[in-house]
Amino acid sequence: MDFSSIDPTIIVYNLMIAATPILYAALGELVTEKSGVLNLGVEGMMIIGAICGFSVSVETNSVYIGFMAAAVGGALLSILFAVMTQYFLANQVASGLALTLFGLGLAALLGHSYTGQVPPQISKLDIPILTNIPVLGKMLFAHDFFVYLSLILVFVVWYFLSRTRLGLIVKAVGENHESAHAIGYNVTRIRFFCILFGGALAGLGGGYLSLVRVPQWTEGMTAGAGWIALAIVVFSIWRPWRLILGAYIFGGITILQLNLQAIGVNVDVALLSMTPYAVTIVVLILMSLNLSKKSLGAPGSLGKSFIKVV
Amino acid sequence: MKYIKYVGIILSLTLGLINIGYAADLKVGFIYVNPVGENTGWDYQHDLGRKAVETAYGDKVETSYVEAVPEGADAERVMTQMALSGHDMIFATSFGFMDPVMNVAAKFPNVKFEHATGYKRSDNVATYSARFYEGRSVIGHIAGRMTKTDTIGYIASYPIPEVIRGINAAYLAAKAVNPNIKFKIVWVFTWFDPAKEADAASTLIDQGADMIMQHTDSTAAMTKAEERGVYAFGQASDMGKFGPNAQLTSIIDDWAPYYVDRVGKALNGTWKSDDTWDGLAPGMAALSDFSSKIPSDIRKEAQDLHDAIASGAIHSFTGPINKQDGSPWLSSGETADDGTLLGMNFYVEGIEGNIPQ
Repeated sequence: MDFSSIDPTIIVYNLMIAATPILYAALGELVTEKSGVLNLGVEGMMIIGAICGFSVSVETNSVYIGFMAAAVGGALLSILFAVMTQYFLANQVASGLALTLFGLGLAALLGHSYTGQVPPQISKLDIPILTNIPVLGKMLFAHDFFVYLSLILVFVVWYFLSRTRLGLIVKAVGENHESAHAIGYNVTRIRFFCILFGGALAGLGGGYLSLVRVPQWTEGMTAGAGWIALAIVVFSIWRPWRLILGAYIFGGITILQLNLQAIGVNVDVALLSMTPYAVTIVVLILMSLNLSKKSLGAPGSLGKSFIKVV
Repeated sequence: MKYIKYVGIILSLTLGLINIGYAADLKVGFIYVNPVGENTGWDYQHDLGRKAVETAYGDKVETSYVEAVPEGADAERVMTQMALSGHDMIFATSFGFMDPVMNVAAKFPNVKFEHATGYKRSDNVATYSARFYEGRSVIGHIAGRMTKTDTIGYIASYPIPEVIRGINAAYLAAKAVNPNIKFKIVWVFTWFDPAKEADAASTLIDQGADMIMQHTDSTAAMTKAEERGVYAFGQASDMGKFGPNAQLTSIIDDWAPYYVDRVGKALNGTWKSDDTWDGLAPGMAALSDFSSKIPSDIRKEAQDLHDAIASGAIHSFTGPINKQDGSPWLSSGETADDGTLLGMNFYVEGIEGNIPQ
């Protein structure tokens, strides 16, 4: 058992890549939930994004167009969710679950002829001076564009929600949609666009999975990443910066357990594979125990359908 | 009214008779555990065997297949459905179909079952497998000679005897030419999951492996090896398309001759339950072309080893070999018998780590 062969630089590098899909999906879901909509269909949107991104990038031989297609694919599926919950006022939980299953099946159908193909490669950043810093350089400055985009988007979402008027309106709609409606905001339209944004980001996360992280297409390849994203949104108490912490912890443990296996650590492999999910559960429990001081911070009307009484 | 009834009866009789005329002599079903790939993979190779059966027997057989059948209750349902819909012969192409096959076979004694890589048989269940470990000996030899870091990464699926045999055979062959060789093994507990396999390959490469061997089905590990500039060995099919620089050679499963033979026996009534375990000699396990990256002297050694194993001159497991805990297993010159190999659940001496339980 040779612990020295685990290199922290490589672990951090790999965990950032592993965490990025979940970070994208969680960020999108955070905005959706801030507006009061509980979208359980994240997994379906992620995998639709994965196949759309994969197939378009194989056909056009461009990774970036593929990513755009991934976002569009996720958004299209989320339009279905938005119509069901905002216009037909269907139960949000049930609709979300239905869309997860639908998305998984549809993606399998669309992707049938793409099994086993290789997408075009994405280039990693190679900033002249920064990348060559001994440890930090390889760790932080040698990623591809979309890792940095995810971090930039976290900043953008934080700024939007806390410093812009539109962001405050979104939060108001999420806290109490009756009052927001009384003041005159169009609750349905705001929620519609938040759902779309969430779907698009989930699609991007899925696209990252099939275009960079693996990179291949298989049916069911998200393997529960969408559910982890949902858990991480709760873990972050609906604050964008904490999303990074949650996603990177999950990604980190996933990578660490593989490395521990490779060096021959004497723990059952099944237990090691379970650790990322187990840690997510532990963290969620610990957080919900601390109800005394601060409320969990869930938006007040999360999951409730808005029925317009004029 | 009566007139219409008569016409209806005559029509259906005619259609029924036409059907009998076109009916095939034998209906053969195949179930695959994963989707049949485009041009590589365990299931793809089995499907090639199915196509060979169709080509060989033309109208006399009618084949069908169901892919992506999870091992377990679903498999039982699919096979029952096949038996009920008139299939005379069913090929179950994964180890995990073993108990479902035995259950369905008990209910349908007139249907013949062929179970790949299993060990349970009955009057209407035959088993077959290929001695992949013979191919692993050859790739172990190549890896041992060509590695610069003396570290070989192995992506293993489930801790069943077949997988453990492969690890042991590759290790023994590598150690014989390179005493400093180290094997790093990651168990992914899946036959096919590109994400996990890519992760495992990355981890192994990060830990210093410059040769990747896999006992899983997707091309993700080969793709990762190509991306990272290390060498790898393909599994089940020639994966050269995914690793033009990375692939040194591939173990190829060739089921076609066996399938054509067995269906032929079923057609002429001489089929009976049997256990077939063929290796390099009959070509059930084969190796793809050696890459030009292999230096010619190593290539010759590998070819000689291949030929020696095929002719029986060399056995992959020839003593003196001890088990991992140091207890003696094979004495000098003794070769392993099939029984021990089929139930192999131990590493040979020198491999670090434990087999998951």
